Amino acid sequence: MAADILSVLSGSPNPLTSLNSKRWNSLRHILERPGPFCKSDFTASAENLEALQTVLKILVIGAGGLGCELLKDLAMMGFGNLHVIDMDTIELSNLNRQFLFRRKDLGLSKAECAARFINERVPTCHVTSHFAKIQDFDESFYSQFHIIVCGLDSIVARRWINGMLISMLDYNEDGSVDPSTIIPLIDGGTEGFKGNARVILPGLTSCIECTLDLFPPQVTYPLCTIANTPRLPEHCIEYVKIIQWEKENPFSAPLDGDDPQHVAWVYERSLERANQYNISGITYRLVQGVIKNIIPAVASTNAVIAAACATEVFKLGTSCYDNMNNYMNFNDIEGIYTYTYPPEKSDTCLACSNTPQDLNVDDPNTTTLDDLIKILCESQRFQLKSPGLTTIIDGKNKTLYMSAVKSIEQQTRANLTMSLAELGLYDGASIMVSDVNMPTTIQLILKYHPNEVEMK
Amino acid sequence: MSSPAPKSPEQSDKSRKYDRQIRLWGEHGQSLLESSTICLLNATALGCEVLKSLVLPGIGGFTIVDGNVVTEDDLGINFFLDASFLGQSKARACMQLLQELNTDVNGDFVDESVDWILSNRPAFFDTFDVVIASNLNEKALWGLSDRLWEANIPFIYCRSLGFFGSIRLQIKEHCVIESHPDNRQYDLRLEQPFPALQKHFESTEITSKVPWLLVLNKFLQVWRQKYGGHFPANYKQKSELKEMIRAAMTADEENYEEAIKAVNTALGGGNVPSSIKSIFQDNACTNLNKQSSPFWIITKALKEFVENDNNGLLPLPGVLPDMTADTEPYITLQNIYRQQALHDADNVYRKCQKYLKELGLPEDTISEKTVRLFCKEAAGLAVLRGTKISDENAKSSNILSFVDDLEIQGTLAEHYVALRAYERFVSECGNVPGECYVENDVKELKTVASKMLSDWGVHASISDDLIHEICRYGGSEIHSISAFIGGCVAQEVIKIVTKQYKPIDNTFLYNAITSETTTFKL
Repeated sequence: MAADILSVLSGSPNPLTSLNSKRWNSLRHILERPGPFCKSDFTASAENLEALQTVLKILVIGAGGLGCELLKDLAMMGFGNLHVIDMDTIELSNLNRQFLFRRKDLGLSKAECAARFINERVPTCHVTSHFAKIQDFDESFYSQFHIIVCGLDSIVARRWINGMLISMLDYNEDGSVDPSTIIPLIDGGTEGFKGNARVILPGLTSCIECTLDLFPPQVTYPLCTIANTPRLPEHCIEYVKIIQWEKENPFSAPLDGDDPQHVAWVYERSLERANQYNISGITYRLVQGVIKNIIPAVASTNAVIAAACATEVFKLGTSCYDNMNNYMNFNDIEGIYTYTYPPEKSDTCLACSNTPQDLNVDDPNTTTLDDLIKILCESQRFQLKSPGLTTIIDGKNKTLYMSAVKSIEQQTRANLTMSLAELGLYDGASIMVSDVNMPTTIQLILKYHPNEVEMK
Repeated sequence: MSSPAPKSPEQSDKSRKYDRQIRLWGEHGQSLLESSTICLLNATALGCEVLKSLVLPGIGGFTIVDGNVVTEDDLGINFFLDASFLGQSKARACMQLLQELNTDVNGDFVDESVDWILSNRPAFFDTFDVVIASNLNEKALWGLSDRLWEANIPFIYCRSLGFFGSIRLQIKEHCVIESHPDNRQYDLRLEQPFPALQKHFESTEITSKVPWLLVLNKFLQVWRQKYGGHFPANYKQKSELKEMIRAAMTADEENYEEAIKAVNTALGGGNVPSSIKSIFQDNACTNLNKQSSPFWIITKALKEFVENDNNGLLPLPGVLPDMTADTEPYITLQNIYRQQALHDADNVYRKCQKYLKELGLPEDTISEKTVRLFCKEAAGLAVLRGTKISDENAKSSNILSFVDDLEIQGTLAEHYVALRAYERFVSECGNVPGECYVENDVKELKTVASKMLSDWGVHASISDDLIHEICRYGGSEIHSISAFIGGCVAQEVIKIVTKQYKPIDNTFLYNAITSETTTFKL
């Protein structure tokens, strides 16, 4: 890949003269001296630094806890051309770790502020900012980058960019991936004192979708518990959040976890409800945590995980060492613990298997379209949000159900209660599925197993 | 029961800014952090990365010691410098750009070398809560190690060289009350129910609306009657208990299902783990004196409570997991546990007061709140006793058990020896291996390493490849390696200052080439 990168020409934001600066002395030792542990195709040469400074273009997704660290790390590792995307603005609770922002920046774009800070501090690096969602860009945007690094807190966004990079792959006739179409994805994630960093080579290694079960499951409480038999302070808060807010609509607005008046209202009602049931433990902090689904975060874990990611970007960009293989877990609750291993690439991965996957159904006469959608949303394998389904019947496209567009939703709603057989879906029929988790539609093949237990 | 409409508490600005971390170490952890002062020796990129992750969460203050001026080399590695500081004091420049991260934190600097401070102002270190250093030669490292051990100040020495990093913690004694174990075991006392729980068991009818604990207890007693009063101990016996519960289900009662699932984890609470037994036997616990810390006084009280008053069981933590049930039966059960926990803690508290009186210490040395927390966390208490870095050369050092083995090549123990040899090289030769000429220094570093190993009396050797790689680095500090180690060190400092979570014991190594880490005790 290194040769590939060198052949790509792009405008350098930095004058080449800076390559002679003494500031590069440390990196030079690594890049210009051969070593016994280097990757076999590594050539020690001054061109390596030149490539970092002028050729390689890296995209950082997220300018939050991990993103700020990543931008700093990459800029200090000699990368000259970075882009950053983030749709969020800066909040007070970010300042305990997102160190490129100050009090005066509250309310401003994270991407723009972070880029400005790095550009001022590190003259050998130019960061281009995009105050936007990743979904606002298409293949033509993503294809300009040599490596993409993610510092995200959202699984939806991770799946989306993973799907995007896989959709950009070309395959040879023998089914193997054309290596020139691979854009490596380095992904970091943190939660409290735990984190992980991984290297994904789309089509070659396991991807985000292959390992969906590595993400911790979301905590949910059954509605009947919340409504009738609350036992925990969280149950009381959820009741106010889900039921009471809807009913009383105190501010004629949807509940906003960032509006202190809204949080105060939920706090007060939750405390009332908790007192009524003799439940203790309601605090303002807990109320906020439940409303916003807050994940604890510290500077140190973000620093560690971003650094591990930046090290891998550097290895990819310079070929100086082999990459880690390929997933590292980190935890410093008790001492400091890491474990690096390669999760297996799944043959039945929805995103990277490059073959339409089977969707098993017991009985087409009793399974309704609604049942099918439930499987897509609730099963560990799919975890979709609001899938849209189309198929081809007698050579014609037919929309089975789509909730995103109101008029189509109304037209197709009646299909939900119909059985698959009634809808004319036969064993082996193709269904095209779209969802917010995926940038492109995926094809699923219906497999009927009447009178059988569903098989994997 | 109606109550007046509650009012929302005012959230202070600080409380909002630090919200995401207070959720981890609590307000009490945060206030300990805010009153701590940290000293950094040598403003390397690594050192500044440590401080960055300490200034952001809001330590009280920090002081940077560095006698050098800012050079162009520094600008390529250290984010907390820029060209406007070229030629000026590095300590001051880094202090300014780090302090700017958080106006709650006081920054200070001393533009003298570590060697100078050690020989001219040795008491300088005594006011700090933790001292952090990097990039020292062997002589300075040993001098500092001796000085800080004597002054009883926690010391972290960290390294970042090329793609290798290490952390060494030197601390005499460190006691942790809240270790925040990852998988907390609930202590439910099913085998030895306290009187109030026993009474509750006897007087409660088992329906589909009660917590699974009551269901499990009912069938546990049936099982025991069949097996002469024993408790199910192995897989087979537990499976039989599960089957017993399943057979009694008439519908899909959720609490029965939960009881079946809980069979494997619900038993065994209250026993004193071996880690706590050894804390009870510690000299500091058995021989209290006027200098004893509250931790040891409470531990002694705890020990007396366990041995004399509580049948060899720990005080009840009083924490119940959520169980599907109606509100009233759950809350009733929860209160029974909480009441007993308060009762146990009160007993321990009175014993603390007795000891304080005997020692002639003021009553308010130990608060009731502290004792309650202590009792709740009793199963996870931890005491760490460290060793002195400068003792690593002694014949008695643990280091020998790691290197007295021909198999060290390819392990991270080999890296540790190589990094130590690197420091000795700097001390003896006055320059960094590989700074100018790799080949010459390879020979020299190999000699230094061999001599070091033979002085320890071991036959192990360092591979030529590793020696060559270290010389190739020529003293290079790589930013992402420093950032990784820096984040780790900052967290260890937070653990020490907040007295929460267990720190490393006591040496951590990182090889970023292979993404491997390990910890061993030297």
